[in-house]
Amino acid sequence: MSRPVRSKSVRLPGKTARLLACGIGAGALLAFAFAPPAFAAKKKKDAEATKPAADAPKEPVRVNANPYPSTYKPLPSGVTLIRNATVFDGVKAVLNGTDVLIEGGKISAIGTRLAAPAGATIVDGTGKFLTPGIIDAHSHLGVYPTPSVAAHSDGNEATAPNTAEVWAEHSLWPHDPGFQRARAGGVTAMQILPGSANLFGGRGVTVKNVPALTAQGMKFPGAPYTIKMACGENPKRVYGQKAGPSTRMGNMAAYRASWIKAQGYVQKWDKYYKKFADKPAEAEAPERDLELETLAGVLKGEILVHQHCYRADEMAQILDMAREFNYKVTAFHHAVESYKLAPVLAKEGVCSMMWADWWGFKLESYDGIRENIPFVHAAGACAVVHSDSELGIQRLNQEAAKALSDGRKAGLTISDGEAWSWLSANPARSLGIFDKTGSIEPGKAGDVTLWSAHPFSVYAKAEKVFVDGALVYDQTDRTRQALSDFELGQIGEGDVK
Amino acid sequence: MMRKSMMSGLLCATALLAATSAAIAEPVAVTGGKIVFDGRKAPIDNGTVVFDNGRILAVGPTGTVTIPKGARVVDASGKWVTPGLFDAFTRVGLAEAGADDASNDTVARTAKHSAALDLSLGFNPRSSVLPITRAEGVTRIAGVPEAGASLLGGYGFVADMSGAGASITKAKALFLVEWGEGGAGRAGGSRPAANAWLEAAFSDAERFPAAFTGSGEADVLRRADAEALQPVLRGEVPIFFRVNRASDITQVLAMVGKRPKLRPIIVGGAEAWVVARELAAAKVPVLLDPIPNLPEAFESLGATRQNVTRLAEAGVTFAIAHATGADAEFQARLLPQLAGNAVANGLGWGAAFAAITSAPAEILGLGGQLGTLAAGKIADVVVWDGDPLELSSSPSAVFINGVETGLTTRQTRLRDRYHPTRASDPLPQAFR
Repeated sequence: MSRPVRSKSVRLPGKTARLLACGIGAGALLAFAFAPPAFAAKKKKDAEATKPAADAPKEPVRVNANPYPSTYKPLPSGVTLIRNATVFDGVKAVLNGTDVLIEGGKISAIGTRLAAPAGATIVDGTGKFLTPGIIDAHSHLGVYPTPSVAAHSDGNEATAPNTAEVWAEHSLWPHDPGFQRARAGGVTAMQILPGSANLFGGRGVTVKNVPALTAQGMKFPGAPYTIKMACGENPKRVYGQKAGPSTRMGNMAAYRASWIKAQGYVQKWDKYYKKFADKPAEAEAPERDLELETLAGVLKGEILVHQHCYRADEMAQILDMAREFNYKVTAFHHAVESYKLAPVLAKEGVCSMMWADWWGFKLESYDGIRENIPFVHAAGACAVVHSDSELGIQRLNQEAAKALSDGRKAGLTISDGEAWSWLSANPARSLGIFDKTGSIEPGKAGDVTLWSAHPFSVYAKAEKVFVDGALVYDQTDRTRQALSDFELGQIGEGDVK
Repeated sequence: MMRKSMMSGLLCATALLAATSAAIAEPVAVTGGKIVFDGRKAPIDNGTVVFDNGRILAVGPTGTVTIPKGARVVDASGKWVTPGLFDAFTRVGLAEAGADDASNDTVARTAKHSAALDLSLGFNPRSSVLPITRAEGVTRIAGVPEAGASLLGGYGFVADMSGAGASITKAKALFLVEWGEGGAGRAGGSRPAANAWLEAAFSDAERFPAAFTGSGEADVLRRADAEALQPVLRGEVPIFFRVNRASDITQVLAMVGKRPKLRPIIVGGAEAWVVARELAAAKVPVLLDPIPNLPEAFESLGATRQNVTRLAEAGVTFAIAHATGADAEFQARLLPQLAGNAVANGLGWGAAFAAITSAPAEILGLGGQLGTLAAGKIADVVVWDGDPLELSSSPSAVFINGVETGLTTRQTRLRDRYHPTRASDPLPQAFR
């Protein structure tokens, strides 16, 4: 299985600062300074010319890469022992009659007949199935929340084809009732993305699926930033009647022009730091540009590229562009035609985020086949089942089940355990969080879902969902069914939805 | 005018006749399978279904049913045999690629007419969507228009998925009225406006043709639309009211209460459970999708997956369909997954299966012809490799009007062309 490039810290020669470092946990980057406005810098420089060199700044201007840090704290949890369940490890294995112990929010032991620590809550998993929580790599919950009224349309900053400067987390409404519905579908984490109107739609945000008052309260600690890009019909449709692009070749030209600007931006900052190392008093920090900061983060390998791209031929163009500008594409989303390019995607180590069988709703989805996911898997490429839907996110296990069944009927040998990797390990990898979640193994977060029946059956329901060891959903316990502020006092309040 | 209505009646009859006579088939006996009549009647574990000339001749335990001489015998041992599935709210055969307006006939946003629009005229039986739909066991659909500028969407139809030229089972099988927020928007911006407009439209139609002659005064309808509404007023065609909010459903019941001949069907019905008793008392059926459970709009704040179970408990007649219109062009094939989810949420298996076979047929007035495996019915028969509602199951044979359709689709052709086992073929895929 291919593994997407994880975020890297980039050190500049002779400097200790990370430039535009993203994908680091809260606290990992404490040193920063506000970039002074240009006029202030000039004034300062004039003043410096008449002052002794001792007054020169000791540290260069550093950009805070994490100005909206996660405030997520795991909900209170005790020790939980789930006994005698069929356990999917989320990568490959299916273990019958197995116990899983969760302590301090983390999975601490997996085995048979595990001793229950004092005070542990015992959950009888007999006849049930325990899986890593589902991770949806493509959601718009919170940015296109329900009710889907105009006032809630916060997912597409459709004012220019490049809006790399916007961040999905700044639109995220944590009271979207969809989060609770997704929890009831066994979803413990998700990537929330801007929409696909723009070539560069902005930054995505990875969240833990817990009720919270703020977006920051959901942000997955330590998850790298991502950028949403879009190929094909959407950008050219949205901008075709405006200033363009209006064609696929126009899309490509506009991406490339933006990457060239981003390269220049990186060089400007590199030059500044170099200058600062030699003559700090004379070094003048460049003016910050939010759009280019995000793109520069991609070029430095700190921000993961998640690109909406249906057609195989367009994917190939994007991969060449990534080579041209020396960056990495982490994943193609809505990759309806990945099956046509699967060996290349395997070689390039690019994930495909796919639906089981959604097709036809526009021409670039016309060649959808039910075997897309299993064909990508069979080629050794990274396959992910995603939703892009506030309804689909509630039954991603069913989508995987259909794809698995269709793959088998096409003659492929894929185990149930391997198929679950489409729902947990692979999306976790694509989001740079697989060291923290996405599989049931000691040391990983206690992000797990207990199913009433085999989770590839249409009749299975998520019974209990844990995030960092805390019970965040229980099918039979009203006190563990979160009710968003919006639904309070409304018709059907407290319904099992 | 009389002549025109008679003509359309005649056309309908011709279409029905054509559909029946198109089924020139050999006699077939499907033997040894688990027979599910429609979900209501107890299944037979080892049964035989015999059909010929497009009609079912006999169904019963294997050995008790006479197999005609020369019949083709299909061994269904270990398999499930059911009537073909019937999705009563689709747009199959009406759009080739959703976002391509030119090939999309589901809606006419700037048309001058409304009630006079007959959606069957846009149906393309040779669309690639039909094989894709039937290969997953859906053999009949209702094609339902989307309302354009007016809240009257015009007539929908019922068709089979054979792809044969004459596959319209019944043109003008239903009539669409957009109600709730959608109707309010089309009527000028409010629910009172929608009420006033629809009352005026009914009145215009009731005063047809007088209101359209020299001294007559029509209020809101064009002449052709008023004429087209006549079968609806006579109760010959059911009205699909697209409506979600409980109070809007109550309004529908009040409006039709004044016109007892009308045959309303609640479509969507996110909050139907709130007024389930009223619906049961009024004997008004509901077409619903059991999946949506979010407050997508203020008219569906009460959306819940318990809707279908509560309607069933209250004795409301219902069918499961793609009743929100979402995915109705391309994903009618997912009908069994909708029903399976209803079961997961508490509906009995039999009731769920009936909701995608006999119930839609009955609601559309075609219960005598379709929806169950019974002698005399149209032979839409599907052989499944397992429980039809389960995600891992799929048809191993599909018969429509008694003729086996095959399971090859444009998608299976693509699948075979790009199959991993062919990855090392030297020539490009286009030569395969």
